[in-house]
Amino acid sequence: MRKRDLKKALIHLILIAGIGVTILPFFWMITTAFKTQGESVQMPPIWLPSAWRFDAFREVLAKPNFLTVYGNTIITTVVTVLGQVGLCAMAGYGFARIRFPGRDLLFVLILGVLMIPSQIFLMPQYLIIQNLGLLNTIPALFLPNLFSAFGTFLLRQSFLSLPKELEEAAMLDGCSRFQIFYKIMLPLTKSSMVALSIMVMKFAWNDLMWPLIVNTSAKKMTLAPTLASMISEYGSNYPVQMAGAVLSILPIVILFIIFQKQFIEGVASTGVKG
Amino acid sequence: MGRKKPSRRDVKDWLWGYGMVAPLVAGLIIFYFYPFVQSIYMSFTKTGAFNRSTWNGITNYVELIGDETFWQSLKNTLVYVIMTVPVGILLSIVMAGLLNSKIKGTSFYRTVYFLPSVTMAAAISLVWRWIYNGDYGLLNVILGFLGIKGASWLTNPNTVMIAIGIVGIWCSCGYNTIILLAGLQGISSNYYEAAAIDGAGPWYVFWKITFPLLSPTIFFVMVTSLINGLKTFDMVYMMVPTSSPVYKEAQTVVMYFYRNAFEYGDKGYASSIAVVMFALIMLITVFQMKFQKKWVIYD
Repeated sequence: MRKRDLKKALIHLILIAGIGVTILPFFWMITTAFKTQGESVQMPPIWLPSAWRFDAFREVLAKPNFLTVYGNTIITTVVTVLGQVGLCAMAGYGFARIRFPGRDLLFVLILGVLMIPSQIFLMPQYLIIQNLGLLNTIPALFLPNLFSAFGTFLLRQSFLSLPKELEEAAMLDGCSRFQIFYKIMLPLTKSSMVALSIMVMKFAWNDLMWPLIVNTSAKKMTLAPTLASMISEYGSNYPVQMAGAVLSILPIVILFIIFQKQFIEGVASTGVKG
Repeated sequence: MGRKKPSRRDVKDWLWGYGMVAPLVAGLIIFYFYPFVQSIYMSFTKTGAFNRSTWNGITNYVELIGDETFWQSLKNTLVYVIMTVPVGILLSIVMAGLLNSKIKGTSFYRTVYFLPSVTMAAAISLVWRWIYNGDYGLLNVILGFLGIKGASWLTNPNTVMIAIGIVGIWCSCGYNTIILLAGLQGISSNYYEAAAIDGAGPWYVFWKITFPLLSPTIFFVMVTSLINGLKTFDMVYMMVPTSSPVYKEAQTVVMYFYRNAFEYGDKGYASSIAVVMFALIMLITVFQMKFQKKWVIYD
């Protein structure tokens, strides 16, 4: 028995070391954000600030446009999640459960888009946004991301796994297609929709390149490019940079802590299915 | 088989079908299918004044072959991939294996390891830039305690890709661990019980049971890590600004594409980079699909 306990202790030791490596950058980000600029470059460094000052946070929040950018990011994320999941669920149901001429051909088209790396779409997408006169607007931030081949594929799979009898019974009761979809099938695929929502949310909130491409006005930006611009703006003022970083990751981290089961299980299942 | 004339109910159902897929299909055609075709077309054009483009055949591709900056960016990207993918996957397999043992607190470990993959790459890059700082960075302070004199990691051409690679592994390791752990938990305990009865050693069990049964999951993680590695942009963009002395040694293909398309305004040339990247990713995917038959076992 002694040998087994030793083995367990060793495993815990390695796993705890892993936690240390994972947490340390977050710890450093948070404690730096509460330091004064002098304290942040003090040698040897101090692990905790001498007092928990909110000056750096106040400076970030007082920065022109920071709150606007925060709002932009929230709007973009909410619209992208609702729009993409809604459109993908409708189409996923159509492809999984309704027979209509040309269905398989259209689905092959979707599979094709799914396999193509996203960079190749970027420039023509930019030109479309430009032609629509939408550069430097909020809709530019989310428009192409409302449509997803991956999301459609994922939700189609989950509709396919539901028993057919449910629909047939509802059909006999005189429900319309949309009622069947909305009232019966949609609630049964909740876990897949939650998994997709989380993936889309993470992407929309954290994305750097697309906002950088379509919007140049600081007022119409999202958080990730704003953090990038803070590097040159605040040079060696690390507490302010770290305060910006803390504020930018906070909403997703809080959601992750509340819904950790859904976050992790959604990812775990993609690998097993894939 | 004679074709039946569709009944009214059939037609009504068709209309529902078209109605439900139409918004998505229209969006995909406008924002994805058409752009794909246009990118390929544009790669054969030259962007002139006022964004007017003229056909110029394969000139962009010929230019690309002779473009040292492009080759350097491709090399940087491949170095990043070769550094991060094998080490990252190996580390993830080990961590998943440890988490799969019968110990307490696994869900806590899981949650913490997963944290980097939900946080914004831009924010993570900001803090790692600070950690890597040559004068006041945490890394050099810790190394100093151990009596090692650290470098100025992000401005030294020899260390910049390693430094970024470490952040890449730090970001994705927990995510891959979760996927691999799910794969491990999917292996029926019958196999292990049978092996235990036969008195098989741990090494034998790993190579004859765990690895083959986990191989589809490892394959999945490998393909996604490889493709994500080839598409690296955010972290390098954040940690190595244009003004950096090692900019050339760190620029990735996607960054070079981005600069050509949106900073130099050479859309035709940028398109040819995008097409080459597309071809490269397709090639690697096909190669992996072929090669997987040799080692991946699906039941």
